[in-house]
Amino acid sequence: MDYTERLTNVTVLGAAGKMGSGILLLVAMEMADLKLKPGGENRNFVLNAMDISSEALPGLMKYLRSQVLKAAEKKTVLLRQLYMNRRDLIENSEVIEAYVNEVLDLVRPVTRLEAAYDSHLIFEAVAENPELKTKIFSQIDAHNPHKPWFFTNTSSVPIGGLNEDAKLGGRILGFHFYNPPAVQKLVELITIPKNSEEMVKFAEQLASNLRKIVVKSNDVAGFIGNGHFMRDALYGIAEAERLSKDMPLHQAIYAINKIGQDYLMRPMGIFQLIDYVGVDVVRFIMMVMNPYMEEEDLHSELLDKLFDKGIKGGQNADGSQKNGILQYERGRAVGVYSLEKGDYVPFTEFAAKTDEWLGLLPSVVMPWKNLVRSTNKNVVVETVFAAYKKCDDPGCKLALDYARHSREIGRQLLETHVATSSDDVNTVLMTGFFHAYGPINEFVI
Amino acid sequence: MVAGYNTISMGTGRKEFNPKKERPGLEHYIKEAGQATLKQIGGAKKVDEGVIGNFMAARFNRQAHLGAFMTTIDPDLRFKPSLRVEGACASGGLALVTGIKSILSGSAEVVLALGVEVQNTVKAIYGADLLALAGWFQKRKDGPAYFFPGQFSTRAGAYHEKYGRVKTRQAQARWFRNAIENARLCPTAQEHENKVEDLDALGLTEPNPRAFTDHLNVFDCSKVSDGASAIAIVSEEGLKRLGIPLKDAVEVIGIGHATDDLTAEPEDLTRLTTIEHAAKEALKSAGITPEQLATVETHDCFTIAGIIGMEAIGLAPQGKGADFVLEGHTARNGKIPVNTTGGLIGWGHPTGATGVHQAVTLWEQLTGRAGEAQINIPADRPYALSVNMGGDDRTVVAIVYRKTT
Repeated sequence: MDYTERLTNVTVLGAAGKMGSGILLLVAMEMADLKLKPGGENRNFVLNAMDISSEALPGLMKYLRSQVLKAAEKKTVLLRQLYMNRRDLIENSEVIEAYVNEVLDLVRPVTRLEAAYDSHLIFEAVAENPELKTKIFSQIDAHNPHKPWFFTNTSSVPIGGLNEDAKLGGRILGFHFYNPPAVQKLVELITIPKNSEEMVKFAEQLASNLRKIVVKSNDVAGFIGNGHFMRDALYGIAEAERLSKDMPLHQAIYAINKIGQDYLMRPMGIFQLIDYVGVDVVRFIMMVMNPYMEEEDLHSELLDKLFDKGIKGGQNADGSQKNGILQYERGRAVGVYSLEKGDYVPFTEFAAKTDEWLGLLPSVVMPWKNLVRSTNKNVVVETVFAAYKKCDDPGCKLALDYARHSREIGRQLLETHVATSSDDVNTVLMTGFFHAYGPINEFVI
Repeated sequence: MVAGYNTISMGTGRKEFNPKKERPGLEHYIKEAGQATLKQIGGAKKVDEGVIGNFMAARFNRQAHLGAFMTTIDPDLRFKPSLRVEGACASGGLALVTGIKSILSGSAEVVLALGVEVQNTVKAIYGADLLALAGWFQKRKDGPAYFFPGQFSTRAGAYHEKYGRVKTRQAQARWFRNAIENARLCPTAQEHENKVEDLDALGLTEPNPRAFTDHLNVFDCSKVSDGASAIAIVSEEGLKRLGIPLKDAVEVIGIGHATDDLTAEPEDLTRLTTIEHAAKEALKSAGITPEQLATVETHDCFTIAGIIGMEAIGLAPQGKGADFVLEGHTARNGKIPVNTTGGLIGWGHPTGATGVHQAVTLWEQLTGRAGEAQINIPADRPYALSVNMGGDDRTVVAIVYRKTT
């Protein structure tokens, strides 16, 4: 079965979710592009957008239409070439409309799993629950005569286990997009020895056609992305707890978050990142990963306590940030949750004092936004860490320790063969997490 | 001509511009520019006729019949003759020519000439469809997505091949730099607040054929703009009737108005032959040579059109336009300052208004009203030229103005 044939009948499971909807968008446009290529018009392309939530499907289709329209408006130069022989489509607006319809015509919103019984390829983006995934895969595989391939978007469950539990004979691999899939350039590809060469080649071709950067990760729970993120989060939490012996915990959380964002020049501090992903999701990923860790306990009591209080973070339907560990106003953190008080404490009440304790940021430090645009990024980062090494303020010391620990996590991922090179680790953090520099570097030693 | 007025050229670059918010429409711009001119000439009662230049309101704004908007400027314009003229991006120039002919025919002593376009109602990719209608529609299907940038990209490619790419790209970037630097001096210019330091480097950005065109980048292009300009075209008797002293007006001393076959391909991609013809006519009827001009407003819808325009007007020999620009002759301190408030690239290009905007700018320069953008008008060269082009060198209006004494 060639590349195009494989993509004639596809199902996305969990299509109305945050990840599923993005995957649906990318796959739908890839299928439409194949349909528009010579020979494609005679094939019947079907893309099932499957989600158990019937209520979510109309919203999904609306989202899909608006996103395809935006994409079409950006690639009109190419679309005019693809539609060269359609003499009836003359103006850009006509070409764009035809393409949007072409894409949407492939997509069938469905609520039942049976839709996947005819598919050759199945993308899975349901909840991070190994039992649920196994059950779905087994059921589809039992009824699907085509021996379909399963591409799971799991960020934490080992693929080998899913393969065995669902008895898929190697027809599953990890194809892990980053959030949001339509924008983020990274795909973590997790293969297992039982995968056929054809399947891996297809996955690489697909990723390349979707214009993604592929990083291969070995099949260890959490892979590279969450392997780093979860440990980095636990370190940040532990640091905040350590500082809380000398200051209230909410101040310590503020301080450590500032270390990540301002001192390490990351797009956001670690507590904001936890909120972005969702306190509940981070906690759940740790629970999924933890059983596979032999000498480590990936677990945070602080996250448990926050979760029990209903502190979850995550995004509203319009993409804006919900309150989590931090409180947000128009996307900016303005307060921090205090477990003692059971409420948010505004930064204005304590930030000046905490900032004074941290000390002055060395003048060579720049905001993440400026750093990523800078033409001599590495020189800046090197200068910044050199400044930290010469500075005795608590902020500088915390930053240096934090960066060194982040580097250690990276090296651990190498030593445990999760990643095959430090470049891969750095690529994941720089493309999947938008860091301006990779954790495995020489600056911080 | 007297009593000119330009609205702000609104669009990307202006800090008031927010594509997501509702903005003033056609009605607002017609009123603002029209009323400002009426105020300078003592009110609507003094006006005999009105003419509005506009290219594509029928599709940008779903509005036709613009001639009948005249009375919205002032109730005293009711029942006076008024019409809308169209010649793509030369619509403003046609409004001027139409007004001038009314004066010459004796049917009017005072004509209110106005140009208007409101283009930011659609995204650029759809705006390209509407602007493409300035070309022959039978060619649209096989043309590029960004139709006119594509046409002039082809011209740029031919020019690069014939006269050297590196030098010409540098000249295009210099044209862009001059445009922005001049726009910074004019408060109504769309690029007035542009703060980019290295304009040459920005202008030299490599074109991206996948997303735009082969030989032009977006900085080589004029702006997408909303705006209007108005000016009064007045006979000598009319001026007396208005009680305006001669020194506040400029004299129109030459006109060239030419069209070429819309369905034909350009005979030479490296020349703008209709501009050549119209400019020659205008200068001949004015009885002057290009060397006698103090300043020029030329139709730089693209940097390459500006460069070839220098040759077409006769300021530079054929193939030497790029050198002429690179030697600094067109800069505001050069031999002949061109587009002194930024032209279509720096000031903006509300398509149907551009021809009138050029006249207003030259009136300001020749009467010492250009504020910070004022250039020196040498006493022995009291002349200025405007060149307004529609489509790919298909309709051209060239006008020669003289400072009054």
